Amino acid sequence: MNRDVYITEVALRDGSHAMAHQYSVDQVIRIAKGLNEANVPYIEVAHGDGLGGSSLQYGRSKTNELELIEAAASVCDHAKIAVLLLPGIGTVHELKEAASAGAKMVRVATHVTEADVAKQHIYMGKDLGLETVGFLMMAHMAPVEELVKQARLMESYGADIVYVVDSAGTLLPHQVTERIVALKNALRINIGFHGHNNLSLAMANSLAAMEAGATYLDGSVRCLGAGAGNTQTEVMVAVLDKLGVKTGVDPYKMMDLAEDVVAPILPKPQEIEKGSLILGYAGVYSSFLLHSERAARRYNLDIRDILVELGNRKVVGGQEDMIVDVAYELAKKKEAHI
Amino acid sequence: MEKVKVGIIGSGNIGTDLLMKLMRSKTLEVTTMIGIDRHSDGLKRAKANGLKVIVNGIEGFLERPELADILFDATSAKAHVKHVEALKGTGKQLIDLTPAAIGPSVVPPVNMTDLSKESVVNMITCGGQATIPIVHAVNRVSSVNYAEIVATIASKSAGPGTRANIDEFTITTKSGIETIGGAKEGKAIIILNPAEPPIMMRDTVYCEVADREMNEEEVKQSILAMVKDVQCYVPGYRLRAEPVFDENKVTVFVEVEGAGDYLETYSGNLDIMTAAAVKVAEDIALAQYETVKEKAGRQ
Repeated sequence: MNRDVYITEVALRDGSHAMAHQYSVDQVIRIAKGLNEANVPYIEVAHGDGLGGSSLQYGRSKTNELELIEAAASVCDHAKIAVLLLPGIGTVHELKEAASAGAKMVRVATHVTEADVAKQHIYMGKDLGLETVGFLMMAHMAPVEELVKQARLMESYGADIVYVVDSAGTLLPHQVTERIVALKNALRINIGFHGHNNLSLAMANSLAAMEAGATYLDGSVRCLGAGAGNTQTEVMVAVLDKLGVKTGVDPYKMMDLAEDVVAPILPKPQEIEKGSLILGYAGVYSSFLLHSERAARRYNLDIRDILVELGNRKVVGGQEDMIVDVAYELAKKKEAHI
Repeated sequence: MEKVKVGIIGSGNIGTDLLMKLMRSKTLEVTTMIGIDRHSDGLKRAKANGLKVIVNGIEGFLERPELADILFDATSAKAHVKHVEALKGTGKQLIDLTPAAIGPSVVPPVNMTDLSKESVVNMITCGGQATIPIVHAVNRVSSVNYAEIVATIASKSAGPGTRANIDEFTITTKSGIETIGGAKEGKAIIILNPAEPPIMMRDTVYCEVADREMNEEEVKQSILAMVKDVQCYVPGYRLRAEPVFDENKVTVFVEVEGAGDYLETYSGNLDIMTAAAVKVAEDIALAQYETVKEKAGRQ
């Protein structure tokens, strides 16, 4: 199969946030089957925070992710199963288990300035014979030169692909362009882009990334990802098709999957609400959305105040415990004013 | 009582911070710093403070074993293995601040009394020192089925050793939560935050206790008492908020500000390691003194 761009479908990993990590084996099988039939090359399956993410901090998985990985792999004859691993949360131990369960790709994710914590996991990915990806999250939080330096580290550890990850859905198209161009000039390996739609820019950013030289793009069917979701896969497939870019993915089959299988399981439609909009506006990690909604209810606060304060404090991915911490402080301040 | 002589192996940041803390100790006399780089700031400081400086590593110390009875190992896991081997049969006690995890793990306010005669004890991890006391405090009132800790530290305070093997942190800390904290199951997460100015170390501890066993008032009092115990040796250890109760779950927010001896105050994660190690040595010294007194009493 000749593809100009390789799409990774992330609904079964990033979408785990929107599903509050409640995926069942049956849902995963139906979605993975549809994606495989539509000829999507990569399907990411894991807890939203990656392998080992099931926790009180991020939310417990209803189903053990290894079962979900195994189930997805069992119905895919050409799509490859990818997993996400955040060093500090998951370990090489979980990575080995995921590889035994059928994963063929690992995406090792660190905050944009912390690539060196990924070394042992990238090594292990390669040792296990997996396609290995460096995933630089919250890419907006570092200057372009720093991003390049960190991507070079991942390349030096043996990563096959490096991604610019707009975890907060806050980058504007020209910012995506300058990042991808800089990486393209500095690295020999392939470049990817992972967007979030919090500012309604995921599609535009994905196009900007592709035009700048990215050949790996992430999408989530029906926008089933954290925050307002990612680049909507079926839309991206249609748009790229109109541009004459070969993704190898069948747009009709993607539309059917979105409509018939994914839409009915969504807890609510993936719209850009004030919570997800403010994630993009304030530059906050998209998976904070549901946790912040809960904290806003518990402490009777406006979700925007919580998220903006988290943005001010330069909180990074994984720091969900700061949400209650900040909400508690804001509530106390509010009380003091009354 | 006569001060017990101690030495420091390793003249990096940790070793030098230990040096500054030990110079204040009322029960320990720091006599020696053992390094391999004579130009290191640590060895220069040691010399300036009148310590015996050994620049050819553990071999150099073995020629002058009378210099110290307790040694702190602030080198690397690999070097620690060598040091344990070299010191075998010498009767010296070794306090390990590397991730080697050879000797039994110790958290001073939890299990120190059982371990004061061990030849090697290890200090687990910074996250372990900051959170295991809390898990234990909950568990001594209501039995903890599951404890999870999230340690967030400033990127600047995470050295190359921590970064190259971050899995060691999660695995060693998890094991300490279970074996020393008493949780039936443990989990540890570490996050590096690069914000400038650097953030202080924060730890969030979640404990789930057995059904209908949550005694909120007693658990809270037990946590507050434990925080006071830790503050005796880590003055910058404090709760950021009252414990939050949610049915059978309690969430505790801790912050650790360093004493700013040699390391910056934001690196509470390093400070709690050195402070806890000094506390361990002081307790060992006290136990030695008690033994001697007992023997003398019998004669």
